[in-house]
Amino acid sequence: MNKLLLIIQREYFSRVKKKSFLLMTILGPLLMAGVMIVPVWLGLRDKTDHQVLVLDRSGAFVDKIPNTKELKFFYGSDQLANAKKKLADGPYDLVLELHYDLINGEKATPYLYYDKDPGMSAKQYISNTLENILFDYRLQGDSIDRVKIDKARRPVTLIATKVEDGKDKKVNTELNMLVGFACAIAIYFMIFLYGSQVMRGVIEEKTNRIVEIIVSSVKPFQLMLGKIIGVALVGLTQFVLWVVLTLIISTTVTSTLFKDQISDKVKQNGQVEQVMKNDILANSDKMQKVDTPNEVINMFNYAETLNIPLIIGCFAFYFLIGYLLYAALFASVGSAVDSEADTQQFILPITVPMVFGFIIAQTVVTNPNSGIAQFFSIFPLTSPIVMMVRLPFGVPLWELITSMILLVAGFLFFTWLAGKIYRTGILMYGKKASWKEIGKWLFYKA
Amino acid sequence: MTPILEVKNIRKHYANHVALNDVSLIVEPQKIFGLLGPNGAGKTSLIRIINQITGPDSGEVLFNGERLSPKHVDFIGYLPEERGLYKKMSVGEQVMYLAQLKGLKKNDAKAKLTEWFKKFEIENWWDKKIEELSKGMQQKIQFIVTVLHEPQLLILDEPFSGFDPINAQLIKREILELRDKGATIIFSTHNMGSVEELCDNIALINKAEKLLDGTVKDIRKTYKSSTYHITFRGNLIGFTNAIWAGAEILDKKSEEDVHTVTVKMMRQNKPNDLLQAVLSHAEILSFNEIIPSMNDIFISVVENKQALNTQSSFTE
Repeated sequence: MNKLLLIIQREYFSRVKKKSFLLMTILGPLLMAGVMIVPVWLGLRDKTDHQVLVLDRSGAFVDKIPNTKELKFFYGSDQLANAKKKLADGPYDLVLELHYDLINGEKATPYLYYDKDPGMSAKQYISNTLENILFDYRLQGDSIDRVKIDKARRPVTLIATKVEDGKDKKVNTELNMLVGFACAIAIYFMIFLYGSQVMRGVIEEKTNRIVEIIVSSVKPFQLMLGKIIGVALVGLTQFVLWVVLTLIISTTVTSTLFKDQISDKVKQNGQVEQVMKNDILANSDKMQKVDTPNEVINMFNYAETLNIPLIIGCFAFYFLIGYLLYAALFASVGSAVDSEADTQQFILPITVPMVFGFIIAQTVVTNPNSGIAQFFSIFPLTSPIVMMVRLPFGVPLWELITSMILLVAGFLFFTWLAGKIYRTGILMYGKKASWKEIGKWLFYKA
Repeated sequence: MTPILEVKNIRKHYANHVALNDVSLIVEPQKIFGLLGPNGAGKTSLIRIINQITGPDSGEVLFNGERLSPKHVDFIGYLPEERGLYKKMSVGEQVMYLAQLKGLKKNDAKAKLTEWFKKFEIENWWDKKIEELSKGMQQKIQFIVTVLHEPQLLILDEPFSGFDPINAQLIKREILELRDKGATIIFSTHNMGSVEELCDNIALINKAEKLLDGTVKDIRKTYKSSTYHITFRGNLIGFTNAIWAGAEILDKKSEEDVHTVTVKMMRQNKPNDLLQAVLSHAEILSFNEIIPSMNDIFISVVENKQALNTQSSFTE
């Protein structure tokens, strides 16, 4: 037992002291924070003004297109060819041509000409606005009151409520999906990241030829277990550091650097909305309103509907035991080969159940209590992923317990199996193992 | 005296071949025991069983009369033929780790290591990384790690490979010193010269079976074939006529009137009979018995066995 501790110590410290560990620990949060910050930053940066020359042949749109912070509309009656010539050197960098047909014709379309692409949102804004103006115009032509139409067409929002023990329970499916998938992806990546570290460690010992010296002092199984546990501790250390550093970096960066811009942006959005509401959509914004910030806030209001301690507990459990199970398999692969280049054929069968788990997870989200979902969330090789996706939707206790017991049993079984391959594999030099041969190793006497 | 190691009827097979077939050995304490055999004979399999890295299919190993068990690991030091160290680890960390795996306390390990490093004059290597050392230097470290915990039984598999003659001499001295201090050494090698120089006893294994064992002295005695080198000054023809049917001349070399012949005694003739017969015909310069080298014995035993095997397979 003491020797196992020594091995764990060495495996842990030799990795933690490496420069690459330090680098990954620092780079990891930077990358993650980057993923969170860069889109915001890009969004803020992308506010080039566009001067749009509107060539309105019918006159029906003049002064009716509301300006935004990015888009300023000017109206003129130039020839299109002349207007296009001016595009390159301003003052206008967009030309919007609205044919006379647009008002009357059934299929006529507006044309936008640009020198530099104004981007999706600008185009979307223009076409939406035109559509609205046209809508109003046509209603007026037919003497139909828009208010009446809006009254007639009220949006229906279905409120679905889960009932438990006769009481209502608030549930938010999107949040459930988000939490489930986030946990599953984290488990998936960490199992592969640290599992392959175990494998590389085994290969290193084998190619270094130190392994025979070590197994003359300790049992091969102890060496394997020590390595797996040591790497698990490295993983935990790194994970904790990542979480802490990511939080620190992203909060400090967003709160200091972007403080002004963000509040600006929020105000700005508010203004745009205000303008749109007042000018065009005065009476009709109810049906089209997609209020993103509110929805996100709403989603987090539902956080209290999740059983957070259960999810965190299960995450820790499924990550740890799932990792242990797969790490043993990775270790046995490492023992069977002489170099990392030869690992491919043996890694594939390890990857398949994990990837399969993810595919199953997609269907699980749409139907969390189907037979498939039940089966694969209990089956040990896929349960760390599938069960985590199912968990936020609520899983019967007996299924959860069965799944956990089977995972532990699977871990014990596969570690035992891997140990048999490992102890023979590490002492086989210069021989490329085949599946058949590995099968035979299972039956050698220790 | 109980033998330190007793191997009894060990049998071990792998999927496609038998590695050890009913092999038994006795290793006396405080002796250097040579384990000989061609490549693939089963030496490494046997050594791994003694080190409890693998287990036998049947048979047993006794260590100091007790059945081999995990607690004995700390009394054995093993230097495998395929050996190496963690390349990225520093020498100091590495030797401390390996010493503690052998059951040494941290402080003891440190004290003993300092002693050995001083002895080998390598104190300044402590903080170096293994990858910065030459192969010979790494071998020194490995040797230290093997003997550091003062094992009762040392198993050295090709210990001299990778050493230059000076360092090989150093290691040889250390091995003899360790034996004199009470250690028993099992020494596996292809280098027959070092076997004659170091070993007290040997066992020869070929094709999973033990062909031969005993003390080096006895074995060489058994394998001598009453042949002699005689160097004399005189007439070669007269000499040949004089020995007549008493002995057979196997080989002769001449330099002017000095001749060296290799003769094999016929029947029950004694060396003295031969000398008497030739004394009046030649001036004897030297006369000595040819004792076969371990190399010759090794080759003849392994080849004879193979010849016998092919013969028997023909008759079958």
